[in-house]
Amino acid sequence: MIALEPRQRLAWHQPLLASAGAGVAALLLVAIPIASAGVPLGEAYRLMAAGAFGSVFALSETLTRATPLMLTGLAAAVAFRAKLWNIGGEGQLYAGALAAVAVGSGALAGPAPLLVALVLLAGALAGALVMLGPAWLKMRFGADEVVTTLLLNFVIILFVQMMLEGPLQDPMGLGWPQSPPIVDEAALPPLLARTRLHAGLYVALAAALAVWVLLNRTVLGFEMRAVGENQAAARFAGIAITRTMLVTALISGALAGLAGVGEVAGLKGYLTADLSPGFGYAGIVVAMLAGLSPLGVVVAAVFIAGVFVGADSMSRATGVSNYLADLVVATALLCVLIGGFLTRFRVRLAARAGG
Amino acid sequence: MTVSEAPGAVVLELAGIDKRFGALHANAHIDLSLREGEVLALLGENGAGKTTLMNILFGHYVADGGEVRVAGAQGLEPLPGGSPAAALAAGIGMVHQHFTLAENLSGFENIVLGTEPVLRLWRRAAQARERVEQTMAESGLAVDLDAPVERLSVGEKQRVEILKALYRRVRVLVLDEPTAVLTPQEAEGLFAVLRRLTSRGLAVIFISHKLNEVLAISGRIAVLRAGRKVGEVAAREADRRLLAELMVGREVPAGTRAEQASGAPVLQLSSVDAGTDTSRALREATLAVHAGEIVGVAGVSGNGQAALAALVAGLEAPAAGEMRLFGEPVRRHSPRAFVARAIARIPEDRHRDGIVGSMSVAENLVIEDVRHRDYQRAGFLRFGAVRRRAEAAIRDYDVRCPGPDAPARLLSGGNMQKLILARVLARGPRLILANQPSRGLDVGAQADVHRRLLAARAAGAAVLLISEDLDELLQLSDRVLVMHRGRVTDAGPTAQLDRARVGLLMAGHGDAAPG
Repeated sequence: MIALEPRQRLAWHQPLLASAGAGVAALLLVAIPIASAGVPLGEAYRLMAAGAFGSVFALSETLTRATPLMLTGLAAAVAFRAKLWNIGGEGQLYAGALAAVAVGSGALAGPAPLLVALVLLAGALAGALVMLGPAWLKMRFGADEVVTTLLLNFVIILFVQMMLEGPLQDPMGLGWPQSPPIVDEAALPPLLARTRLHAGLYVALAAALAVWVLLNRTVLGFEMRAVGENQAAARFAGIAITRTMLVTALISGALAGLAGVGEVAGLKGYLTADLSPGFGYAGIVVAMLAGLSPLGVVVAAVFIAGVFVGADSMSRATGVSNYLADLVVATALLCVLIGGFLTRFRVRLAARAGG
Repeated sequence: MTVSEAPGAVVLELAGIDKRFGALHANAHIDLSLREGEVLALLGENGAGKTTLMNILFGHYVADGGEVRVAGAQGLEPLPGGSPAAALAAGIGMVHQHFTLAENLSGFENIVLGTEPVLRLWRRAAQARERVEQTMAESGLAVDLDAPVERLSVGEKQRVEILKALYRRVRVLVLDEPTAVLTPQEAEGLFAVLRRLTSRGLAVIFISHKLNEVLAISGRIAVLRAGRKVGEVAAREADRRLLAELMVGREVPAGTRAEQASGAPVLQLSSVDAGTDTSRALREATLAVHAGEIVGVAGVSGNGQAALAALVAGLEAPAAGEMRLFGEPVRRHSPRAFVARAIARIPEDRHRDGIVGSMSVAENLVIEDVRHRDYQRAGFLRFGAVRRRAEAAIRDYDVRCPGPDAPARLLSGGNMQKLILARVLARGPRLILANQPSRGLDVGAQADVHRRLLAARAAGAAVLLISEDLDELLQLSDRVLVMHRGRVTDAGPTAQLDRARVGLLMAGHGDAAPG
């Protein structure tokens, strides 16, 4: 018989070990499909590592990938800490991107710092606004935000497609469904010559720090944690549940919106309907892998980005499909759930006489 | 009051039972023997090892050492460990504190459930019925056999549970905290049944932490403390004081209530309806609590106490009627508004409503005041102030914890309650809602809660004490109210109180009582 005993105490390193272990386990488990594709394992892993971290260029690509993942990861982490299940990072990212091109592609003129700030603000606001609907439905009718935020992703992406084939279509774009480019003054400046790395990384790192301060040093963060950990006790103690949930929802949406701004104003330069290869969803994995810790999100985002970039690079060299990266990410989520379970419970295999 | 002093042969023997869970020595070499026709009380605080011992007896756990022996054809025979089926076959039955009945089936069906081959139940129903009725007549346990169990009262459900055990021809009946859910009259009825059953040879193990009951019903009392049997005394040689000291291991100072005049009304309800769940709502409740007095609320749980508590905690507003605080009608019904008006609220369920387990002791101490300017500046927490408050609370209230930064869930029930007391009493409250404040606490922690409440009363606070423990109510309260089906009846000052009348009121016989 298998017995589960909840652990009374967690040493500080146990959650850390669970996350790291989940990442390693996920990487090891994909050995099975790699081997079945007929590629030597050592070679595959070496190519993956080199592709992700092996050169300045590789590292810059990984960090470029990690930038939106940090922001969507933070969006998920903030919400999940308050037990608000925002699965709509993808839609909020697109809303942020849409607002960025609406503001930053020539509609406004001004000096660069001002315009960059405006674009960031617009994107954050748009992301936050998207969360207003699900938050209201949850508070007014008890509608499950998992469903509303998830479904809203598709609504927003369809809306973006509509805008890209209508009012926001680039007149110089030869009929392609893409927006006019972000003007130079509104663009997030590049950080390193001959790489795609852009100032969005600073935005993401600053956001991680800000979220850490929010959660650990402010009254609002205190209340968010209390609501998330034990809503009944928080209500009994006089914490305004509705207001706390609402503020959490807005912050979460804003962070995901910023991810969209970074992608258009820092990386692509214009908006298309395939801007994000699922950064919103991958952000959930990043947040879970980070144990919902804002600083952990930075590390987890770099790991997941490294997997994507490394798998891309390996697949170019060996012919193994780069879907492998999605497999690692999905496996990592499963592993982190198992890891979280194992940190909370001690599993005993107990012999039971007569049973 | 005690049962027959001439018990028969030994039917059950626990010899040297030993059980460890990791570092915890849950049962340390415990010896017990039980004779036909006697009631043996097993007394001990939470965590003393009573439940572990009974789980070993029933084969839910396997002991690390020792043996369970049951009277058989060749004298005492060892019972195979780890087999509930063997325990049942040996005639050991148990009535759990939380009943294990199928609510949608009738009492009769519950009693015979599992004793008949499923496919043949209908054929032998008449025979089974006859035997159940015979058991009922012999034991004096009367229940409506045909009503679905969900419609029976708690006392009746307990009778069904006992009948279920008797129907299986048990020789040893274990009752786990059987009176926790009963009115005093129902408890008396249960005791009468037990006396009748033991006079016919049944052996009973009575698990309890209520000293009065243990003294009233049992012949012998075994006291467990921290996994060890620390004493075994005949009931007629024991008294409350001795038993309490055996349980706790030291002398327990009792709080005493000095006479004092009460002041102005602090909490007033007039014809208040509250609560949505109709069966548990508050109906036309009228009551007043004055400064410097403790008003006790008695009643079997589920008779509107939760609605009353929610009202006074600020969680709910009255649906009808008027609620006044400090003489004025209440305008804002919210926990925060009530906290701001110096109302201390001790929740019934401290794990659910009192503590955020993963947050630290310090955070839990300031959770009600975190927006107060003492603890934040421009939205940022003032860690120094929070820490000083926590250190003072831990010292003044003797909260045993690894430190202010330890997660609150690590605390024992008693220390959690101390934490809550430290949180709500520190600000000199004018009204205290104490909802089951000592439930589940050991004797020492209970005495601590009582002293704190009496000290607050002496300082002029009004206290509304909701409790299922009649002893606690009578010890602390100046006046006692009784709740039944959402209605509140004033039973009068404690000094002139008649226990029997409180019991009748709890059972809803308000009109049957004099005065």
